[in-house]
Amino acid sequence: MNTLIGGISTLSLARWQFGITTVFHFLFVPLTIGLGLLVAVLQTAFYKTKDPAYDRMTRFFGKLFLVNFAIGVVTGIVQEFQFGMDWSRYSTFVGNIFGAPLAIEGLLAFFMESTFLGIWIFGRGRVSERVHLASIWLASLGTILSAAFIIAANSWMQHPVGYVIDPLTHQAVMTNFWAVVTNSTFFLAYGHVLFSAFLTGSVFMLAIAAWHLRKGHDFAGFGKAAKIAVVAVVITAVGTMFLGDSQAKQMETQQPMKMAAAEALYNTTNGASFSLLTIGDLSGNPVFQVRVPHILSVLATNTWNGKVQGINELQKEATAKYGAGSYVPVIWVLYWTFRIMVGLGILLFVLGGAGLWLMRKKRLEHSPRFLRFASWMVLAPFIANTTGWIFTEIGRQPWVVYGLLKTSAAVSVIAPGYVATSLIGFTGIYTLLAIVEIGLMVRLAKVPEPVLGETEAQSVPELIY
Amino acid sequence: MLGLLSTSPSGLEQLWFALITVLWLGYFFLEGFDFGVGTLMPFVSKDDLDRRVVINTIGPVWDGNEVWLLTAGGATFAAFPLWYATVFSGFYLALFVLLAALIFRGMAFEMRHRGDEKWAKWWDQAIFWGSALPALLWGVAFADFVHGVPLLANGQLGGTFFDLVKPYALLGGLSTLSLFTLHGATYLGLKAEGDVRERAQAIASRLAPVTFVIVFAFLGWTYLTAHSRHQTGLVPPLLPIAGVCVLAAVSWLVRERLEGWAFLATGIVIVAFITTLMLNLYPNVLVSSVSTANTLTIVGSASHRYTLEVMSWVALIFTPFVLAYQSWTYWVFKKRVSRPGASSENVATNA
Ligand code: HDD
Ligand code: HEM
Ligand code: HEM
Repeated sequence: MNTLIGGISTLSLARWQFGITTVFHFLFVPLTIGLGLLVAVLQTAFYKTKDPAYDRMTRFFGKLFLVNFAIGVVTGIVQEFQFGMDWSRYSTFVGNIFGAPLAIEGLLAFFMESTFLGIWIFGRGRVSERVHLASIWLASLGTILSAAFIIAANSWMQHPVGYVIDPLTHQAVMTNFWAVVTNSTFFLAYGHVLFSAFLTGSVFMLAIAAWHLRKGHDFAGFGKAAKIAVVAVVITAVGTMFLGDSQAKQMETQQPMKMAAAEALYNTTNGASFSLLTIGDLSGNPVFQVRVPHILSVLATNTWNGKVQGINELQKEATAKYGAGSYVPVIWVLYWTFRIMVGLGILLFVLGGAGLWLMRKKRLEHSPRFLRFASWMVLAPFIANTTGWIFTEIGRQPWVVYGLLKTSAAVSVIAPGYVATSLIGFTGIYTLLAIVEIGLMVRLAKVPEPVLGETEAQSVPELIY
Repeated sequence: MLGLLSTSPSGLEQLWFALITVLWLGYFFLEGFDFGVGTLMPFVSKDDLDRRVVINTIGPVWDGNEVWLLTAGGATFAAFPLWYATVFSGFYLALFVLLAALIFRGMAFEMRHRGDEKWAKWWDQAIFWGSALPALLWGVAFADFVHGVPLLANGQLGGTFFDLVKPYALLGGLSTLSLFTLHGATYLGLKAEGDVRERAQAIASRLAPVTFVIVFAFLGWTYLTAHSRHQTGLVPPLLPIAGVCVLAAVSWLVRERLEGWAFLATGIVIVAFITTLMLNLYPNVLVSSVSTANTLTIVGSASHRYTLEVMSWVALIFTPFVLAYQSWTYWVFKKRVSRPGASSENVATNA
């Protein structure tokens, strides 16, 4: 019952479905979080200065924010239910603990963002300017909160705390809610995710402003947007890198196999070096490698000659502890996703730094090479986010809850035909959505907000939707 | 209060069954009318402006309404993991269709006005089907919970997809579809201005008797079978009867142009309807048609006490805020929506 033609199992279909739908959701979520905050900042600037350029920027980026938000919402609904659909044994096992943050997320975060966004979209001219401004801040706060709960849930899967296993039902049972929400893994992951989301929003804003500046559109507005964005890119890139580095250190103590696999380090080494790239296979006999001495030890342990455990030793320890089986995740995926993420992080920092330098020289708006570079970098944060999550989640395999539940024991007992249907269905729908969404975003991003005269600035009666 | 519930043998579990019932009630009361509005859109509008009037009556609130579903889902996951796991894997294909419908509908609201007429036409289809299909499917699902599905001893659903679409369940689906559509019509009567309002009124007064017949039949069936099968659940006859009586009054309220009352009435019917089903279900959460031994009960599928306690505190502290600001939104957008130029009330520009 559990395999389709060609031996395709419910498990592998469910994994593909989860990976595809979640990565897709997370393409848009960071932009929502990041851009939401930036739009709130722009609107506050307008509120304070009454400079119409800020108003134009608020409207322009607000429109992009809303289109993006819509797709985050509809793909989020799928997330909420697919744990039960595809991972019913997982849901039964973790529900006592994992369900709580999910429910609290709805109560605290989703109500807030959807309600206040409704006020923000439809309330212009109906509520006072101050309430209107407050509504975008509250919506932004809602998006920031929603990330907290889902990351808390995910951090528990990476590093379970505050539970016991019920001997009768074999469910994980919460014993300490406080321990679950103050999980050390959670603080670093949440910080890193938030900073990377703000980085995503900032790079997006910078890239679009740069494109318009190059075309000579609305220097007053896009010039201001670009400056805000450059400063934000620098701050958030530093924050992202700093917290990512802390995560790497924590990983060495909590999930050493992930770190070892990220470097394809087979043998335990003191003062381990970090390879920038490898040609050939990653099974321990590379054809060609560029290595930086000691850096892996520094990354993982903060000491020059720190000991980094290798895959072979960790596999032996794991079989002793958990029984026979492979505890090594797919190495090449971890090796490359980690390098892509870190590389792009450094590149984005360089982008921000260059922008800051040009800003000081007052040449930001007039540097075509920088502006072109900035426009292209729009793709970078999305790639970094995706590779970051693939790294995190695949690196945890074969576990779905680290040390407690294997992914293969988490999947629903249902016919693969069902999962195949929904896998094809969701993938098809999401592809369609992506085409529509990206087409619309590009179209909207290319048309600058008109510069209105005094009289035109009066609102024209119009239905919003 | 919490202390008291904790000491009684299954007080907390019962409380959470009640709270989840409340979440579903909130969801169907609220999203009920926006499903109805979506289903009615093709029938109450003559041109694109009419359609925009229709959509704008629910524009600021539909997403907040949908969050009631997400919270109900999340709360079920947390409080009754087995229920969540069994239902969502068991009703797999139905749920997939439902999710697909909600995806297209949600996108459509944000998308339809951002292109030409042909573009809008496609999204209008999405709004109609994305509203009507879920309205139907929810009724089917709830009827299935009550009358039972082939739930096996290992917690998996036996049988096929067709076991989920028996006559009783289909009648349940028709009930929710017609009830939500009627609810949407009374909502439009209350919130729209001009032609849309008139057409919605006309539809409501014609739809009310049809809905009455369907809902009467379904609740009667529910009531009789519950008793003939000696179901241990509570089935107070008062609730379904009250629901049906209120439903009978709707045509009259609409004709008398008591629009606020008409909307309230359809809302009350929805509450009575869902409460009847949930009480009928009690003390189970999912009935097995194969063997009563496999039936999932409230106590058998609940999380441990500690989780329920934590959740109770969170709900106690935060729910008032949520209710306060959601009610406030309805107050902010209390004005009727009309075609531009027809009234000065809806002056606003695109965000
Ligand atoms: C714009 C996006 C972005 C950028 C530039 C970076 N990251 Fe990242 N990274 C993420 C976006 C991200 C993420 C998608 O948000 C992840 C996935 C899970 C998580 O906690 O954050 C992530 C995960 C993640 C993890 C795995 C945590 C775990 O498995 O528990 C580590 C060790 C790092 N990152 C380290 C870094 C370092 C050292 C970076 C730069 C020098 C860096 N990241 C840049
Ligand atoms: C938004 C960021 C996330 C992305 C992009 C993501 C992506 C992935 C990927 C790529 C896998 C591995 C699939 C495989 O091994 O074949 C996976 C596994 C999994 N993740 Fe995440 N994940 C994210 C966040 C989360 C969160 C927040 C949770 C929990 C709340 C979660 C729960 C799971 C589960 C249950 C699995 C097991 C199924 C599987 O292995 O495929 N993920 N995820
Ligand atoms: C895999 C687990 C996940 C689940 C179950 C989930 C659930 C959801 C749901 C149900 C929504 C719709 C909310 C609405 O209607 O307003 C949503 C949207 C959202 N989710 Fe997720 N999500 C997941 C992953 C993530 C992650 C990892 C983050 C953040 C780091 C995140 C952040 C958000 C945000 C900010 C929104 C707001 C709407 C938007 O994205 O545009 N989600 N999510």
